[in-house]
Amino acid sequence: MEIDPFIFRLSIFILSIFIGYYVVWSVTPSLHTPLMSVTNAISSVIIVGAIIAGLAGNSDTIFNTSSIFGFLAISLAAINIFGGFLVTQRMLAMYKKKKKDK
Amino acid sequence: MLSANLSAIFYLISGVLFILALRGLSSPETSRQGNFFGIIGMIIAITVTFLSIGNFSTGFIVVLIFLLIGGLIGAFIAYKIPMTAMPELVAGFHSLVGLAAVFVAIAAFLNPEAFNLGSPGNIKLGSLIEMSIGAAVGAITFSGSIIAFLKLQGIMSGSPITFKGQHPLNAFILISIIVLTYLLCSTQSSNLFWILLAVSFLIGFLLIIPIGGADMPVVISMLNSYSGWAAAGIGFTLENTALIITGALVGSSGAILSYIMCKGMNRSFFNVILGGFGATEQSSSSQNKEQRPVKSGNADDAAFLMKNASSVIIVPGYGMAVAQAQHALREMVDTLKKNDIKVSYAIHPVAGRMPGHMNVLLAEANVPYDEVFELEEINNDFANADVAFVIGANDVTNPVAKTDPQSPIYGMPVLDVEKCKSVLFVKRSLSPGYAGIDNDLFYKENTLMLFADAKKMTEDITKNL
Repeated sequence: MEIDPFIFRLSIFILSIFIGYYVVWSVTPSLHTPLMSVTNAISSVIIVGAIIAGLAGNSDTIFNTSSIFGFLAISLAAINIFGGFLVTQRMLAMYKKKKKDK
Repeated sequence: MLSANLSAIFYLISGVLFILALRGLSSPETSRQGNFFGIIGMIIAITVTFLSIGNFSTGFIVVLIFLLIGGLIGAFIAYKIPMTAMPELVAGFHSLVGLAAVFVAIAAFLNPEAFNLGSPGNIKLGSLIEMSIGAAVGAITFSGSIIAFLKLQGIMSGSPITFKGQHPLNAFILISIIVLTYLLCSTQSSNLFWILLAVSFLIGFLLIIPIGGADMPVVISMLNSYSGWAAAGIGFTLENTALIITGALVGSSGAILSYIMCKGMNRSFFNVILGGFGATEQSSSSQNKEQRPVKSGNADDAAFLMKNASSVIIVPGYGMAVAQAQHALREMVDTLKKNDIKVSYAIHPVAGRMPGHMNVLLAEANVPYDEVFELEEINNDFANADVAFVIGANDVTNPVAKTDPQSPIYGMPVLDVEKCKSVLFVKRSLSPGYAGIDNDLFYKENTLMLFADAKKMTEDITKNL
């Protein structure tokens, strides 16, 4: 009997929940806002699905209903990816330690 | 063209990089490196997708154009947005993740061949279930985040909107989503797919409208979690490891944040979700509405008190964000420090409108993060401090949470501000806070009320120091 590949994906999913659980508990509370903006950015990796949909058409029909939804999703996800990572970077650059000479 | 196995390995690598991105946030020193890992992970995922499809014709150009448009908009927003608007921004971003998930699900439903899921009207059962879950959760995330955004932005009133039969209606809609998913999977009817989406959009609206403004930290965290589960659902459909890992990470991250926020208010998750808090509840203390004497002062008095103190603790809250007073506050603290007064900041977990909101604002104003403390770290220090400077916070300092079991906020962890020798309370008026209850702190012997705009008052104090 072969194992359904779904089971492997499910295993990855469950183990990742546990990893997420332990990793997020170790995030310092003062960085909870950057945590939210960076999770925003990384969950936009959904763009891979959008790209597949967008490139599905052949050379005659680049634009069909399915690929148009794909294109729109690409733009939405790209807003999040660029916006999310850049705003996180902007925030993190502001966190500074006390100057030593004080 | 990249082989399926090789691209799967690259997706795994980008998943691992995303884990490291979150891991980096365990301290401010490693956080910037973490963000960098995240960016690399994203670049790998996108590049591998292009290579594995191997289609670099006109379609590729169109994809790049859409990518660029989105990227430019995103970058523009990221540079322009003021730090005080961070909760709105995050809510807006959540809605985009939700909508993107919905769009990808629609694209996959209309053209399953492109995703190896079967043919239209004959989509593999497992994929169809995963797709419906991803689409439904995505739609809920989208419409819920839009409401959260409107409430935070002030376009929609922050007060809870409740109506009769709200909970039965919501329950009915949630059940109908499950039924629709079942019917969709057994009939493959595209009409049912559209109805499922419409109903999911509707429930997103309905779930968030009864939740009030100050509960937004929980709502935002919860929507964060939903956006993760939506991504994971799509990840299963696409059989993509990076997406599954990320979805799980984001989902559990949002869930933990919701839990922390609920604990900060001593309320159960369901209590927050069912909403209506602050609209209907009448507390016991609000019944004795007789005028109690309040000591109020001006900037001069406040400056005098602080000048003679040896240690000051600052308690910021949402009002500081509204008044944009963080820079003025830091200037005041600089002056205090020049007079050899020890200053620290005390942050309540639910201060502001999202987790960590106050920390970001203080960081923006160049306050070193090692002067900023969480509730448990600093609560014992209030007894030894000379002055507590409460700026824009209210309910999180209310001693009633410790003394009056009748109070709606009883049991909520609060900052022990009243133990300070004297308390300076910057506030516009005596109006009660979000929870609708009077703050006993206003009437304490050692409290001096400073009725003014937070920013203006802070500037005036600095002048008088």
